[in-house]
Amino acid sequence: MTFEDRKGRGRYSSRSDRLFTGLTLVMVVAILFLAGLMVLQLLVASIPAMQALGWHFLVGMDWDPVHEHFGALPFIYGTLASSLLALILAAPLGIGVAIFLAELAPPWFRAPVSFMVELLAAIPSVVYGVWGLFVMAPWLRNMVQPWLSEHLGFLPFFQGPGFGVGILAAGLILAIMVVPTITAVSRDVLMAVPNHQREAMLALGATKWETTWKAVIPYGRSGIVGAIILALGRALGETMAATMVIGNSLDISISLFAPANTMASIIANSYAEATYGLHAAALIEIALILFVITLILNIVARLLVRRVAIGPVRMEA
Amino acid sequence: MALGMEIQNLRAWYGKVKALQDINLTVVPGAVTAIIGPSGCGKSTFIRCLNRLHEVVRGARASGQVWLGDLNIYGRGVDPVLVRRRIGMVFQKPNPFPAMSIFDNVAAGLHLDGVPRQEIYGRVEMALRLAGLWDEVRDRLQVSGANLSGGQQQRLCLARALALEPEVLLLDEPCSALDPASTMHIEAVLRDLKGRYTVVIVTHNMQQASRVADYTAFFLTGEVVEYGSTEDIFTRPRDERTENYITGRFG
Ligand SMILES: Nc1ncnc2c1ncn2[C@@H]1O[C@H](COP(=O)(O)OP(=O)(O)OP(=O)(O)O)[C@@H](O)[C@H]1O
Ligand SMILES: [Mg+2]
Repeated sequence: MTFEDRKGRGRYSSRSDRLFTGLTLVMVVAILFLAGLMVLQLLVASIPAMQALGWHFLVGMDWDPVHEHFGALPFIYGTLASSLLALILAAPLGIGVAIFLAELAPPWFRAPVSFMVELLAAIPSVVYGVWGLFVMAPWLRNMVQPWLSEHLGFLPFFQGPGFGVGILAAGLILAIMVVPTITAVSRDVLMAVPNHQREAMLALGATKWETTWKAVIPYGRSGIVGAIILALGRALGETMAATMVIGNSLDISISLFAPANTMASIIANSYAEATYGLHAAALIEIALILFVITLILNIVARLLVRRVAIGPVRMEA
Repeated sequence: MALGMEIQNLRAWYGKVKALQDINLTVVPGAVTAIIGPSGCGKSTFIRCLNRLHEVVRGARASGQVWLGDLNIYGRGVDPVLVRRRIGMVFQKPNPFPAMSIFDNVAAGLHLDGVPRQEIYGRVEMALRLAGLWDEVRDRLQVSGANLSGGQQQRLCLARALALEPEVLLLDEPCSALDPASTMHIEAVLRDLKGRYTVVIVTHNMQQASRVADYTAFFLTGEVVEYGSTEDIFTRPRDERTENYITGRFG
């Protein structure tokens, strides 16, 4: 093959390369443009609400479309309470399964279990909602809540009548829904921990358990925190399942038995009635807040997860 | 403190692949023994069999007897975790724990061993002094071990192993990732340890073997070809293959 030949082919392939690069670049720009446009439009559309309501929107507890009183605190509270409850339940479970998968399970067992856990993430959320409403909520009402109020009823979290639906139900459903996220991301983080870290700890006379706790998890700590934040983002934004089991009340109560409402569920429940200006603008402002919060959480989480993959150790002098 | 090791009929496998054939070797107490040989001949496998770290690799196993004093570490009911507390190891690549401070890196093994709190500081200082790192880090014991240079990190790993006052210290090519100055530093520490610690060092560098080792074993394809005093191995090898290797006519 002569030099000319190669040059010719090179030119040809570099042209198609450029075309390909250009095409993909257009797509990337389009996506970014769409996302930017969405933020912008949400912002513009919620300006009437911001002007009319100001900070009252964030701290007000009254939500009365008829009299145009819009305080979104009950939804903000419901969202945070159900999501935090979900994380408290899901994080230990998800991390535990991840440790099992990454450190203990033999490879032939790891693949099917990983597959099944990830399958949980593929179930449509309305299915979780239906199951939560017709199976879990009655079980909570008849079995769990009576037990909790009898044994832990002195705590403010477990007081009042148990209806089944409420923050507890929403937190449980959300927990089940975010466990796959925590498990999958933490497992990848733990598996990215270099083997020399395990061997260093083992060589000091650590058991398998001590090695996991003192070498592997500390090394992957920021990535695991990232997994939890990613799950928090999912839980905050989850709409259908939470809406179906949270009970849709406009009150704020410290009790986990109480029905509540989330930011996503108030939008889902009332967008059809929001026909006039301020009501619609108020819903859009809630959407904007939710969007910005989940965006920030996702960015932070991904940065944390990436740090482990790259590795915090500086090896060369 | 220094105990010798007696290796008898040691064989090791990775799955079905046999990496060590039938090793018989005496590690003299208080002396430095070098393991040399071409890449892939089983040096790392051998040294990892001496603290039962070989078996943590999935599918890996070993058979035979390895005596530490009068304990056969492959004997029935012997806990490998306790064996590893008595036999320290330094790896090829410096591997400090990045989430721990310099101090905690050295103290890690002491915590595992249940050393009482009030003794820990003294033992950490002793180990860092022994590893020749104390003067460089005494003012910053609380910073992360990952903030040190490569050579310092390797001496930190040496200190981490020495803090447990092991009866035997194993080093697998400890200087292969280091610059000449750091290498000299580690070698000086090893010469210091003579008499007090039994040291087994794997090295690719024959000058290093002749500088630090009292005894040298030459490995080839999972077997010990020749073993003797370092001087004999390097000046009057008995086996032709040894001679070919040390004169560089070979792998
Ligand atoms: N984890 C492993 N799985 C399978 N085979 C392995 C593994 N580690 C080593 N081996 C094989 O065992 C043999 C001995 O390897 P070992 O690492 O002990 O050699 P070495 O002498 O230390 O080489 P080097 O000088 O390159 O470090 C080699 O043939 C190698 O391919
Ligand atoms: Mg090796």
